[in-house]
Amino acid sequence: MKMRWGLSLLSLLFLFSLVACDSGGKTIRPVARKPGKPAYGDAIVVGTGGEPSNLIPILASDVPSHDIAGLVFNGLVRYDKNLKLEGELAESWDVAPDGLTITFHLRKGVKWHDGHEFTSRDVMYTYRITIDPKTPTAYADAFKQVKTAEAPDPFTFRVSYAKPFAPALESWGMSILPAHLLEGKDITKSELSRHPVGTGPYRFKEWIAGQKIILESNPAYYEGRPYIGRYIYRIIPDNSTMYMELKAGTLDMMGLSPVQYSRQTNTPEFTARFNKYRYPAFVYTYLGYNLRHPLFADKRVRQAISSAINKDEIIHGVLLGMGQVAHGPYKPGTWAYNSHIRDFDYNPALAQRLLAEAGWKETNSDGILVKDGKPFQFTIITNQGNDQRLKTAQIIQRRLKNVGIDVKIRVIEWASLLAHFIDKGNFEALIMGWTIGQDPDIFDVWHSGKTGPKELNFIGFKNIEVDRLLEEGRSTFDMEKRKRCYYRIQDILAEEQPYTFLYVPDALPVVSARFRGIEPAPAGITHNFIRWYVPKEEQLH
Amino acid sequence: MLSYLLKRLLMMIPLLFGITIITFVVIHLAPGEPVEMQVAMNPKVSAQARQRMREFYGLDKPLHVQYVTWVARMAKLDFGRSFAPDNRPVTDKIKERIPVTLSLNIIALILEFGLAIPIGILAAVHRDTLLDKGITIFVFLGFAVPTFWLALLLMYLFGVKLSWLPISGLHSLGSEGFSPFRWLWDMAKHLILPISVAAFGSLAGLSRYMRSNMLDVIRQDYIITARAKGLSERTVIYRHALRNALLPVITLLGFSLPGLIGGSVIFETIFAIPGMGQLFYMGVMARDYPLVMGILVIGAFLTLVGNLLADISYALADPRIRHGQR
Repeated sequence: MKMRWGLSLLSLLFLFSLVACDSGGKTIRPVARKPGKPAYGDAIVVGTGGEPSNLIPILASDVPSHDIAGLVFNGLVRYDKNLKLEGELAESWDVAPDGLTITFHLRKGVKWHDGHEFTSRDVMYTYRITIDPKTPTAYADAFKQVKTAEAPDPFTFRVSYAKPFAPALESWGMSILPAHLLEGKDITKSELSRHPVGTGPYRFKEWIAGQKIILESNPAYYEGRPYIGRYIYRIIPDNSTMYMELKAGTLDMMGLSPVQYSRQTNTPEFTARFNKYRYPAFVYTYLGYNLRHPLFADKRVRQAISSAINKDEIIHGVLLGMGQVAHGPYKPGTWAYNSHIRDFDYNPALAQRLLAEAGWKETNSDGILVKDGKPFQFTIITNQGNDQRLKTAQIIQRRLKNVGIDVKIRVIEWASLLAHFIDKGNFEALIMGWTIGQDPDIFDVWHSGKTGPKELNFIGFKNIEVDRLLEEGRSTFDMEKRKRCYYRIQDILAEEQPYTFLYVPDALPVVSARFRGIEPAPAGITHNFIRWYVPKEEQLH
Repeated sequence: MLSYLLKRLLMMIPLLFGITIITFVVIHLAPGEPVEMQVAMNPKVSAQARQRMREFYGLDKPLHVQYVTWVARMAKLDFGRSFAPDNRPVTDKIKERIPVTLSLNIIALILEFGLAIPIGILAAVHRDTLLDKGITIFVFLGFAVPTFWLALLLMYLFGVKLSWLPISGLHSLGSEGFSPFRWLWDMAKHLILPISVAAFGSLAGLSRYMRSNMLDVIRQDYIITARAKGLSERTVIYRHALRNALLPVITLLGFSLPGLIGGSVIFETIFAIPGMGQLFYMGVMARDYPLVMGILVIGAFLTLVGNLLADISYALADPRIRHGQR
């Protein structure tokens, strides 16, 4: 599910992972042109840094592939503009009182792009092929929780689980594949990976390798024909080139960098031609400590480091202010976010006191704290190619020097960072980022059972209460109960400081001003893409 | 000549074999695996899912088995299927990109040789004059200026400010419906900037080489003889001197052959040109073993062929070598 909303860690700038903010009210309201009359036609040219790899969504885990798949395919459910689950191909669904069985009532009269009718057979096929051991998919795990799946009639689909599993509902947002075109064939060699057939608002038209993908509006779309006639996804690997294409008028939509947003796009000429949007993205960046390392075993040390770091300064220096302080693993303003977390704000005096309490007292000739004859020294590692993380590390290095901690920085290529450092637990501290899912389940990152090699709790965080709360939170559909679990987890994390949560950057999309009907909402700007339009007199293509 | 050729060809077999081993070892020594690159840090992927993907790609087998499978397939000119999620045959992926890279590189190469040789001659003939110095500054400027920086400036000037040329890519939007002539003109316009930037950057090496060759030749006795005979300066330079000075350049041309299928990553990235450079780079980043090994082997093979061709044409062009071989 999450994949349809953009999952990759490096996806900051990609459009479909952009999500709006309903708190803070920082969104700059673009200057409104006359709304004009909705009209069919025109094309939108969207820039992307990477080329999609495979347009059968279960086989790809990159953001560009899912951008396209999100327009061509539908799931049974989806998140609406307020990030609540609503029916897509399922008109409605019932969860049995015991939380074990979900029955989906499918929409009637939905047609595949080739005219074939959509039925429960397609859902069944999608489920079966995803859990098939021969399918090389990254998305089988949520479906593997299913005990039985049945399709009693063409428009009903029922799944039951061994135990209540809250993220289950979300997992049915997975793109449903056409059984009539795939059944009995080897999905890994299917031509659908280059020429998808779905039920979504746009039909696949053409893919010119390395250059662009062209989609056409689907006049028979069940929610109505989209206004914009064609969707052109242009592959432009370099961000500066993409920005110049935008300025030259040959690109309609892209994600801006903080510098572009704040310094290069404020001329009257630019603001007359484009609308800029700004809201927190669904990602956060953190400084994580290897809790197996004796240096970080004492929580006072971690609290001290957090107190010594000025997060506002990082946001100002690295993001030019285009972001907000992170206090925990959730995005401010979402339902699971606890706004009363007692985090450690910038307070060097407190940092020094905590370090002294932990036994780091006298300093050597360099001004570095010493305990048992050893100076307080550690290395922060981060991945190559992410300038923001490197700059963050440098600012932290400077701040920690002030309280007597000597920090070294090492930038390592992604593959060897994973293989030699993270997987082996061979690091002291690291700066990385996580995508924040719409469902607040964070079991994989924080449960003590996930500390093995190649698992995501690589800092080795173990807390019995958090374990219990994580298990409880994912096993009930009761929102209030879940909220209580996740609120408490945030309190514990704020006290323990296994990570210093640093910032949630803003997503900064820009769209040509000829497109109207854009409604920023918690789910971003693309939630009502099929209702965007260009007034007849302004149409270009 | 024939036996020489045969010997050279036979020599290539162990070389090719060595190339496959080195290629295989190098890419497998790099940390990280294809599966890792695809699913790392993805909370939705369990250990079983990883294992399944490893089995799918055959990565669970011992290395020597993987190597033998690969070489056996390659002997039949089958480079296997890419480890990227698209699972397409490597040959298809290369075929898709080679025409662009090849034609771009050939045009750039012609331009480069076409400009660098006259420039080199001019500089040599007018040695130490203002013209020579001007040329030197010009070509070294091209050599020293970072390609990406120059490219961005030119894009901004001609694309954004003047709107004379398209900024990146190969075709305009809607070029599918153009008449053949307009389609070609559209593509030519897209190619002006990348090719000029590429050629400008590579002028220095070749033109300086040409200049020093020419200077060497001009000092030879037979040139003095030719002048003493009363031949016009034109005939001396272009008939007698140039032919001899060109010989080493032929070797260079031979060396450029493998370069024709390799593209520059920076360059293709800036101009959004879907060429071999990007394909290779993405392949390396994703640890797409079959793709990377395929491209490396083809490149190595072309280098061998290029050297062979250079040697042959050298022999053909230079009677001293030709006769010496007999």
